[in-house]
Amino acid sequence: MLNTVVLIAILIISAATIGLIYRVIKGPTTPDRVVALDAIGINLVAIVALISIALNTNAFVEVILLIGILAFIGTVAFSKYLEKGVIIENERDR
Amino acid sequence: MNEIANIAIIVLIIIGAFLSLVAAYGVIRLPDIYTRNHAASKSATLGVMSILLGTLLFFYVKDGFFNSRVLLGIVFIFMTSPVAGHLIARAAYNSGVQLWDKSVQDDLKNAPHMKKSASKD
Repeated sequence: MLNTVVLIAILIISAATIGLIYRVIKGPTTPDRVVALDAIGINLVAIVALISIALNTNAFVEVILLIGILAFIGTVAFSKYLEKGVIIENERDR
Repeated sequence: MNEIANIAIIVLIIIGAFLSLVAAYGVIRLPDIYTRNHAASKSATLGVMSILLGTLLFFYVKDGFFNSRVLLGIVFIFMTSPVAGHLIARAAYNSGVQLWDKSVQDDLKNAPHMKKSASKD
């Protein structure tokens, strides 16, 4: 029962990721693509959690935290680039 | 495995998968960047938190020890995902992405600090 539900949930989240990939490809502006990529990273966290249930091991638990942190840092860097043109500013007199 | 815990895990996973599907549907169907961001940041966050809660409960029932890294992941996603949504919506507004043409209200259009930061770059 639990294994069937986990496999169906992995299929549903994969379908959701394909829909987000459609938005990444077609999205009219750059922030659309960044929003969709952030949601894809969040979905990857869910897929890793479900796979660690399906394989009955807790060896992938660190990957959940790691993907969460990397998706957040990537989104922050993209939004700073879109807003200011640079990611790390060097000038002091601002 | 305890049967009640099994049912609770199944319900949490089904809720999480449904909310992720709703988030993807919203990102595809909604008309502009701000409404898409609204769908993606709220619904996907709650869905993933529900799935991670199911994972935490599964490992707690199976192994009998409390997996603190999954709990840390839940807290981290709950704190950072709305912040990421806010930052990308703010960057979109400041870089001049238009609202949907049927929007009726734009309170930030007359705010003076937004004009200044847009003209500075």
